Order: sequence, then C-alpha cells, then structure tokens
Amino acid sequence: MSSLTLKRHLTESLRNLKRNGWMTGAAIAAVTVTLLLVGVLLSILLNVNKVASDIENDVEVRVFIERKTTKDEQQELKKELAKVDGVKEISFSSRKKELKNVVGTYGKSFRLFSGDDNPLYDVYVVKTDSPKHTVKVAKQAEKFRHVYQTQYGGTWAKKLFKLVSGIRRWGVIISVLLLFVAVFLISNTIRLTILSRSNEISIMRLVGATNSYIRWPFILEGAWTGLFGSIIPILVVDFSYGWMYRVITASLHSTTISLLLPHTFLIEIDLLLAVIGIGIGALGAALSMGRFLKLK
Amino acid sequence: MIEFKNVVKDYGNAVLGADHLSVRINQGEFVYVVGPSGAGKSTFIKLMYRDVAPTSGEIKVNNYRVDSITNKEVPFLRRELGIVFQDFKLLPRLTIFENVAYALQVIEKKPEDVQKRVNEVLALVGLEDKAQSFPNEISGGEQQRVAIARAIANHPGILIADEPTGNLDPETSEDIMRILEKINLDGTTVVMATHNSNMVNEHKHRVLEISAGKIARDQEGGGYENE
Repeated sequence: MSSLTLKRHLTESLRNLKRNGWMTGAAIAAVTVTLLLVGVLLSILLNVNKVASDIENDVEVRVFIERKTTKDEQQELKKELAKVDGVKEISFSSRKKELKNVVGTYGKSFRLFSGDDNPLYDVYVVKTDSPKHTVKVAKQAEKFRHVYQTQYGGTWAKKLFKLVSGIRRWGVIISVLLLFVAVFLISNTIRLTILSRSNEISIMRLVGATNSYIRWPFILEGAWTGLFGSIIPILVVDFSYGWMYRVITASLHSTTISLLLPHTFLIEIDLLLAVIGIGIGALGAALSMGRFLKLK
Repeated sequence: MIEFKNVVKDYGNAVLGADHLSVRINQGEFVYVVGPSGAGKSTFIKLMYRDVAPTSGEIKVNNYRVDSITNKEVPFLRRELGIVFQDFKLLPRLTIFENVAYALQVIEKKPEDVQKRVNEVLALVGLEDKAQSFPNEISGGEQQRVAIARAIANHPGILIADEPTGNLDPETSEDIMRILEKINLDGTTVVMATHNSNMVNEHKHRVLEISAGKIARDQEGGGYENE
C-alpha cells in the first residue's frame, strides 16, 4: 500500500466515523460497556490471585525443639534443616518470644506462665521456596533429633492451597469467557454498522475499487471504534483502582499481603484494554467485510 | 469493443436471462438496449461489468474475457467502464466532489490530478457549484449528472447506462441524453438500456431489442418499436 493510499484510508476512516453519527456513537458505547466489564473483572481477578498467592507464600513450617536441647544441638539442627530440599529461610524464636506472642494475641492473663512456668518450646520458623514444599519439609523435619513436633497449618493450609488453586482455575475460566463475550459483543456491533452500509460497499466495487481498497477504511474504522471505546474504561479502572489501592493497602499494612502495584499493574491493564478494543474492532470489521466482497 | 458469443445466463427458475445471445458493439458506437420488463436487458448490462456471471458462452469487453475473469481482475475491468444506474448509486456520506473523486482515488491518482479532473467533469455536467453538497441535498436530475460525472472521470472507453432516465422528468431526461451524446462524440462507446420511447425515437442510434433473452432486433438508427 502506498503512503498516499494509507493517508487516504486514515482520513476516510476518521471522516466516516464522524459522518456515521449515531451508528459510531452506538458502536463506541457498546465497546465501552464491554471493556468496562473486562477491565473491572480482570482487576478484581488478578488481585484476588495476588492476595491468594501472598497468603499461600506466607505459610511457614514451625519446628518445635525439645526442651533439654543444648545450644550446640540447636545449631546442629538448624544446619540439618538448612540442608532439606526447598528450605529458603530459617529463623529462631525463643520460648520467651513465643510467650510474648501468645500474651500479645490472647491477653495479659497468660503472663502467669512467665519464667520457669513457661510451657512453650523454642521454635525454628522455616520458610520454603514454594508452597508445594511446605508439607514435605514439615514431614522431613519431624524425623530429626531434638524435634518435638512440626506444624504447618495442617488441614487449614491444605484447605487454603485448594482454595487458591480453585481461585486460579476459575479466574482463568472467567477471564477466557469474558474475552469471548468481549469478542462477540464488539465484533457484532461493528458487523451491524457494516451491514447498514452494504449498499455503499457494492457501489465502491462498481467504480473499480479493489477489495483491499474497500476493506482498509472499514478495518481502520473498527480499530478507531475499539480505541475510542477503550478510553472511558481505562480512565474508570485507573481512577477507581488508585482509590481502592489506597483504601485497602491502609488496612493491610501490618500483613504480608499486598495488592498489585498501581503503576505497573495499571499500565498493563490499560494496554490490554486498548489492544483488545483495537484488535477486536479491526478483526470484527475484517471478518464482517468478507461476505460483501465475494463475487456472485 | 464489446462482444457476446452464444451467451446463456440461466437463473435456475426456468427463465433464461440470456438465451444464446450473440452481438458485437464497436468502439465509439451509441447503442440503445430496449425491450419489455423481464426481457433480459438488465442481465445483458450486468453481464458486461460482471455483476452476474454467464452460465455459458464468451464475453469480451476490451481486452478482458469477462466469462472467465477472476475476482481480483473484476475491479480492473470496471475501471475501463463507466456505469450509470437508474437509482444513481451515489455514496450518501460523501459530498458530490468526494463521490466523483472516489473513482479516481481508487486508481491511486495524485491529489492534484484528482482535484483537476473532478472540477473538469463537474463543469461538463454543469454542477461545479454543488461540489460541496451531499447527494440528499440535490435533485434527482442533479444526482444523475453526478453519477455520469463519476462514470466518465476515469476516461473510460465504454459508458454503460442502465435506465439512466427512468426516475427523471422529460426535461431532465433530455439534459441527461444531451450529456451522454456529448460524451459519445468524444469517442466513448455508450450502451444505454431504456424504456424511454421518446428518447429512442428522437435521438436516433443503433437499437438492440431484447426479448426473452434473445436479440429480437438489431437496427441502426431504429425507433423504439419495430417499424
């Protein structure tokens, strides 16, 4: 395609958008509503996934050390734990510290267990590379000498892992369904605008326009419709996510859970919305043109 | 040059649009195609610009074998023809200027050449002052003149007109006829399907009468009815 023809197509596609009036408005509105749905749901799904992963990664193995274990034996145990496959980090929490945590969580009445009455154990808190190692590390650690018992959240952790994988699976299914809905709605709207102009296409053919010469302005028009239709969803998602992030992050500051960072996440989702709009708009137009460009 | 050899067009409803039709039209001729409704006039015209494909037979238009033309070649065949219809077929969203310019833009003419030629043909049909109007803002006669301007913008060797005066009053029809004759005088072949008996009787040219898909009469300087 020559640069002159490309310029003509670009001018013509923008001129057609303007002159098609309400048809353009209706198509852009349909794209806007669809992409708004896609944008909001994707933001929620991706963040639910992130929060689930944070919770999952936060699961740790607590290795309780037998009471009479000496400092040297504790160091030996630490070395052995470090050798276990999948262990990332080991930190020590003394029985004193453990009691402090209990008092902090359950109340001052637990102070009466201070000193020699402290019934708690010294603990190694073990973090693993990935959540799938948690159970394995716990079971292996239990076999070591000087280990009284291990805890990793037990059935609670198993339920959590199941829930997280469920969220992931359904997130993917919902996202795919959502994209199908977007493709269907946007390409059908574009198809309707083209159907209403089938007479124009036949006139263009009569004056000797080639199929590609006829097709390009419509494809560009579809792409513009998709792009313009993505502007409001992008703005809505950007502003509302920024606000939600501030509100939710404020209440999560004492935890290891966090939402996706706006400056990286929003660029990705904005680009995705614009690309979906432009891509489906152009593709919808290209596919709808086919039947009008065939010889009888 | 247009040549039909033994052309058949079967629409599959027991009626033949063209029934072993053979005829030759030389460059520079003015030919009327007459006959009752449903006789096959429009099929004859549509076969020329490959709006319908023949069932059998051979059709030559200039250097194109229309009966075996590919989808890709059709636009190039149509660029050698100017086509005018009863219902004008203007692009409603384009101005008069843009409608005429479109026929030149599709063949990638430079903007300055497009501007010059559009002004020339609009002057020829007397519509320079309506260049920025839209089709729905001008009369039927003016729309038909725009359609003629678009048809000849690209200097086609052949102008095909299917009932060009069908929707127009006698005075406007006379204007359109004068424009077509002027174009013919410049060497362009004009093939005009018409029901307008006054026109055929007053402006004498070759008459092809089609009946039941066959050439019933081929008469140089004939009238609308067989005399």
